[in-house]
Amino acid sequence: MSSKATIVTEPDIIFGKLTLDVIPFTDPVILPVMIACMLGGIGLFALITKMGKWGYLWNEWLTSVDHKRIGVMYIIVAIVMLVRGFSDALMMRAQQAFATADEVGAGFLPPEHYDQIFTAHGTIMIFFVAMPLVIGLMNVVVPLQIGARDVAFPFLNSLSFWLFVVGALLVNISLFVGEFAATGWLAYPPLSGIEYSPWVGVDYWLWALQISGIGTLLTGVNFFVTIMKMRAPGMRLMQMPVFTWTSLCANILIVISFPILTVTITLLTLDRYIGTHFFTNDLGGNQMMYVNLIWAWGHPEVYILILPAFGVFSEVTATFSRKRLFGYTSLIWATLVIMVLSFVVWLHHFFTMGSGASVNAFFGIATMIISVPTGVKIFNWLFTMYKGRVEFSASMWWTISFLFTFTIGGMTGVMLAIPAADFVLHNSLFLIAHFHNVIIGGAVFGYFAGLTYWFPKATGFMLDEKLGKISCALWTVGFFVAFMPLYILGFNGMTRRLNYYDNPEWTMLLWVAAFGAIIVLAGITVQLWMGYVSIRDRDQNRDLTGDPWNGRTLEWATSSPPPFYNFAKMPKIHDRDEHQYKKDHGMAYEVPENYTPIHMPKNTWCGIVMSGFALMMGFAMVWHIWWMAIVGFVGIFASLIIYSFERDKDYYVQVDVIEPLEEAHLVHANPTGLRAMQDKKSSLEA
Amino acid sequence: MTTSADLQVHDQDEHHHDSGGDTVFGFWIYIMSDCILFATLFATYAVMSGSFAGQITPKELFDLNFVLGETALLLFSSFTFGMAMLYAHKKSMRGMITWLLITFALGLGFLGMELFEFYHFSHEGATPQTSGYWSAFYGLVATHGLHVTGGLIWMLILFAHFKRDGFSDANMVRLACLSLFWHFLDVIWICVFSVVYLMGVM
Repeated sequence: MSSKATIVTEPDIIFGKLTLDVIPFTDPVILPVMIACMLGGIGLFALITKMGKWGYLWNEWLTSVDHKRIGVMYIIVAIVMLVRGFSDALMMRAQQAFATADEVGAGFLPPEHYDQIFTAHGTIMIFFVAMPLVIGLMNVVVPLQIGARDVAFPFLNSLSFWLFVVGALLVNISLFVGEFAATGWLAYPPLSGIEYSPWVGVDYWLWALQISGIGTLLTGVNFFVTIMKMRAPGMRLMQMPVFTWTSLCANILIVISFPILTVTITLLTLDRYIGTHFFTNDLGGNQMMYVNLIWAWGHPEVYILILPAFGVFSEVTATFSRKRLFGYTSLIWATLVIMVLSFVVWLHHFFTMGSGASVNAFFGIATMIISVPTGVKIFNWLFTMYKGRVEFSASMWWTISFLFTFTIGGMTGVMLAIPAADFVLHNSLFLIAHFHNVIIGGAVFGYFAGLTYWFPKATGFMLDEKLGKISCALWTVGFFVAFMPLYILGFNGMTRRLNYYDNPEWTMLLWVAAFGAIIVLAGITVQLWMGYVSIRDRDQNRDLTGDPWNGRTLEWATSSPPPFYNFAKMPKIHDRDEHQYKKDHGMAYEVPENYTPIHMPKNTWCGIVMSGFALMMGFAMVWHIWWMAIVGFVGIFASLIIYSFERDKDYYVQVDVIEPLEEAHLVHANPTGLRAMQDKKSSLEA
Repeated sequence: MTTSADLQVHDQDEHHHDSGGDTVFGFWIYIMSDCILFATLFATYAVMSGSFAGQITPKELFDLNFVLGETALLLFSSFTFGMAMLYAHKKSMRGMITWLLITFALGLGFLGMELFEFYHFSHEGATPQTSGYWSAFYGLVATHGLHVTGGLIWMLILFAHFKRDGFSDANMVRLACLSLFWHFLDVIWICVFSVVYLMGVM
């Protein structure tokens, strides 16, 4: 994030706009971060080399098409990016706490740096933290819940992941080479146009989103087909676990809404690169068209983030209340209604556009109607707990905290849905408080509940419950201390994205908000510590049966972690809570008489190599290095074509591989059954 | 050689997935998302349809007879692709390749006419930079043209696939997907013809 935003050199034929001056060696905020990152990177590289793990990493992880491993990688990258995005948040809170003054230069961050920070914070938290957490959880859980051996297109899944990584890398490269956008996370023109953002910041934003967005679109297609076509025999749609249902709806939203994002940012790219007039001030350009288009994608995006979190809460609540979910059918229909309505509310993001009373009224009412199916869900969870034998595990803590926090956020949302109120609150900190209230209190708490709940399934050992509860408490308290003051400040007229302000009455509340952010920091620190402690003590916390929570759905019927082929025998589905049904009827962990070979896809180099070329192309486009962009572009498609000619894409897992893996699970899950089967077999042989 | 063990495995439906049906279904879903991509471009075009900014208008430039010729080429190429599919199902390599080559030539002809039209328009002073209207025009029509280009390259690659593996299951799935894609581009073109060209001269 260089402060030299004014540099626009004549593009060089070899290096484009790239010179050594674009690296901010002299910036006192960035230089230490840069040195730390470089040392960290070198250290990691050296460590892996010293342990001789490159081959293992490449063969078992980087080229993997196993949905569980791809899911774990999504979540790891998301956690790294959470730390980056949260650092931005801390810097913003600190800046505003210090920046009482009536002149530019108050606080410790100059405006062009501060603007990049709030842009990076929003972009990172939505695209590179929330999205990969959602898609990571889907990857780990959905195929297991529907009794499938993999996703429909395993190679595309790997490609999606690596394209997402390219986006994340571009955002991080912008920190050290050049600048990031200083436009706000949705980069409204004309500010994001070439006239007002002449350097590379917006281009980093465009290419990071474009490349990772295509990956997301492929994920949407992939999971839609997986859920529609690959459910275990007997599983009807209305027998799917709720998390699978909400994931299905999220993926439908992805398939419908992400093409709109693709087009919108392509048009902005054209405006910036070849001088078209889609969103310019002159020659017939129309900026409000950009705002409409970006929110026609953006509002469904909000539901892509929250619906799977609702799915997590449904699984967690049912499991830890030891009851069937209350009102399964109503919850599914509520999800479907939200899915449809999410496409007819986008205009509430800009009631002040001036589209007239009747248009605003339509969108205001449509927005309020969405709160009805959402309210239905709240009652689904409450009534599931009612008269249940609720066990207050860490994931249940997150769920209960969510119920309180999210309900408050939802109510302030209904306030903002009133156009007349919105005219006052629009663009103020009230809005900031509202959407953090629903995204943190709704989506993020859901992901944390999900991570806690499915962690043993993905890794084979448990997370430390006590530390999990402490971090939940810190996050919850920290959230309220950080954001309740923002509601008040919004009412008092403080607009968003202020680098400094001249009203000393706001200072006190901004200090309170900064203190809240520090409490959240403590929560994140405890979570990282929890991760460390849990890995350190993993031998004491092994999950040997594969069903540590006494779960209800199919994923708990496998070992933890599940074998790479998930199910040795395709399960036959009898009930909505299939695993619970089998446990109740003494059918769980049946020992099969024999195993048969399983057809599985092989790992492939193609996803990561294609994405390497995509990174090259994205970086080159940002810096106008045309030859390199062409090499990257050709490389992407050449790799795909070469891959299409490969014959050796799948193989059969043989019985002598399957049998020991299954027995290692059954010896803990069903020892008597296994012994009986072994006796039977040996007597037959005799 | 297929062993009886392999056959038995297939019989028991222990296949991991990715059988042809799922791929074609997935490709359908992709086409639906592509459809939304075009819908967005059409919406953009509709919003910009009056944004001439005092510059040259489509009425002065559009030549419907020329576009009708272009349209005929593309529509006929859909028919010839259909013929290629019929021969593919009959496992007649020669018939399939012949019809696919005709399809390729028609597609190339369409693309050539489109590029000529762009060249002509630019010469008359209507470039993507001229006004909001022309930005939207090129944005929509060239996106369709890029799809056609992609389809043509895909066709070339498919020739190589068929030359190597003949009518394998994988190749038949690829052909079915390309065929879907090609007909889809036809449908989009009909919308382009009606919305852009016919309404443009109204």
